[in-house]
Amino acid sequence: MSFPDAARVELDKAQQRRNLRKATTTIRAKRAAVVAEVPDWEPLRDEGARVKDEALHDLATHLERLEVAVTAAGGTVHWARDAAEANALVARLTRAAGSDEIIKVKSMATDEIGLNAALAAEGITAHETDLAELIVALAGDRPSHILVPAIHRNRAEIRDLFEAELGETGLSTDPAALTAAARRHLRERFLRVKVGVSGANFAVAETGTVCVVESEGNGRMCTTLPDTLITVMGIEKVIPRHADLATMLTLLPRSSTGERMNPYTSLWTGVTPGDGPRDFHLILLDNGRTATLADPVGRDALRCIRCSACLNSCPVYERAGGHAYGNTYPGPIGAILAPQLAELRDHTALPWASSLCGACYEVCPVKIDIPTILVHLRSRVVREQGAPPSERLAMEAMARVFASRRRYEAAQRGARLAGLAAHLPGPLRTWSGVREPPQAPRRTFRDWWRSR
Amino acid sequence: MAQPLSAARQEILARIRAATTDVTSISIHHGRKLTARPGDPGLLAQRVADYRATVTRTDDVAGAIAALLAEHGARRVAAPPGLPADWLAAIPEAVRDEPPLAHAELAALDGVVTGCAHAIAETGTITLDGGPGQGRRALTLLPDLHVCVVRADQVLADVPDSIAALGDTTRPVTFVSGPSATSDIELERVEGVHGPRRLAVVLAA
Ligand code: SF4
Repeated sequence: MSFPDAARVELDKAQQRRNLRKATTTIRAKRAAVVAEVPDWEPLRDEGARVKDEALHDLATHLERLEVAVTAAGGTVHWARDAAEANALVARLTRAAGSDEIIKVKSMATDEIGLNAALAAEGITAHETDLAELIVALAGDRPSHILVPAIHRNRAEIRDLFEAELGETGLSTDPAALTAAARRHLRERFLRVKVGVSGANFAVAETGTVCVVESEGNGRMCTTLPDTLITVMGIEKVIPRHADLATMLTLLPRSSTGERMNPYTSLWTGVTPGDGPRDFHLILLDNGRTATLADPVGRDALRCIRCSACLNSCPVYERAGGHAYGNTYPGPIGAILAPQLAELRDHTALPWASSLCGACYEVCPVKIDIPTILVHLRSRVVREQGAPPSERLAMEAMARVFASRRRYEAAQRGARLAGLAAHLPGPLRTWSGVREPPQAPRRTFRDWWRSR
Repeated sequence: MAQPLSAARQEILARIRAATTDVTSISIHHGRKLTARPGDPGLLAQRVADYRATVTRTDDVAGAIAALLAEHGARRVAAPPGLPADWLAAIPEAVRDEPPLAHAELAALDGVVTGCAHAIAETGTITLDGGPGQGRRALTLLPDLHVCVVRADQVLADVPDSIAALGDTTRPVTFVSGPSATSDIELERVEGVHGPRRLAVVLAA
């Protein structure tokens, strides 16, 4: 690689790290400001935890109630044990609606089951409609943050991408101009495609009402305009009653984007003649959730409302970035959810991807005690996988976080050069011993980033 | 449903029951007692403006509608069923959604004028539930300008008050807090992505 090329790669990586830091810092400050406005925030968090626990501790009853209510309102409820069943259902329902394409609003559940790839294998095209997802899809990347998935791309790259992929010419790098280009491109699809696919933030057992929280309006487009709407929802998203929305809709936007309320929140119940889709299908997805529920300590992770506050508060996440976690759910929540949703043996390292500093627990709107669950999962890994918390395991953990052993060692060198060696007797301590997020020394971390 | 899928249902429910055998008592909380407390229109105006939507406080609603449409150069504007006659008369060229317009027709209009179910002062939110003068959801989604009228007596205090006022409605509800927005490109906020790019709230005294 020539020097200019190498230099550009270098700068891009530095830019990525700056972007991520800027994102987490900005959102953290916004969250703190709007949370401080709510005088009863702490009791509200308790309430949020109680709402979710009530549903989770008697989940069968709540899901059956939800099924009855959705069916009564003209919707159809389906059950999927795993990703393959859910994907097959979406494909079948799409074809039954006479379509070979869908418009889709970003959802973690559909990412988790790999819906787009599964549909592609069936000859069905999935159009991502979130701006960031569009950018990520056009670039052939993976999302790096739950809320701002394209935070690792800068405006010039996005301009080049839109000119190459969307047939736009003469675009400026102004985010408003780029956003307008995406609007033009997607508007045609919103008006044309007959099947929409969404996730759900909440579903009310009592009434069958489904709730989607979003910013851009693509969620409204996907849930309102198509003839057929398919919602794929993890079974842990159910909440008991309509009044619980009061609690959850106060907690979520403030914790998530640091707004008092996000631009658009949609509620719908089955189908409404003359307003929105004629067909509504709700797919209730297990895919490891019942296994998670079976762990009396670990099950609290199912309370998660995917706000991403724990990511933004996490010193490890801020440095390692979303890609390092190697699955749909990054950050502290990913470290406790991914090993439980999938097989623990496939994610033995993730429970160590934390310094146990507790910042995640403090901000979590549903009071998930992430550090306690991490420690619990560490002991489960040791017990069930027979691996002592040894150097070997730690190396494996860090190799996972840093993508390879070589890179891990480079990062280690970086840490030593930074004078942190005194606090880092063993590889494990890289994370477990550091309470204060250490100031990353520019040079060594850039070396690290270059190598990623 | 086909056999294998109802098998999925039985199996998931069985797994859930097996997973929670240790749970002996479920603490049923009875939800908060929600009442729809009135809110402060001044706070609403301030909070809506925080989202970079415009707020016009007036006792001449029709006049304000006409002025806003003129300001945005909006002539052909959608009118939902049940829009008050004087608001309708303020639209240069009202396009009624009766019978329902095709989505492409809606997208080609300059704007839409609606009322609302109520508004939330604390969060600067407009709540739409498809009642009279609001129309179906597509109506407030596809046109590029949304002029929304809120009467002072429709202003509620906070989100729980809005949920209380909605009751156990099965109608589709949309909470609108400012124009659509994204911060996806380098975290720079851009107003107006897919929904209406401009939201103008008329607050009737
Ligand atoms: S674990 Fe808590 S803080 Fe993290 S995403 Fe879930 S709800 Fe938000």
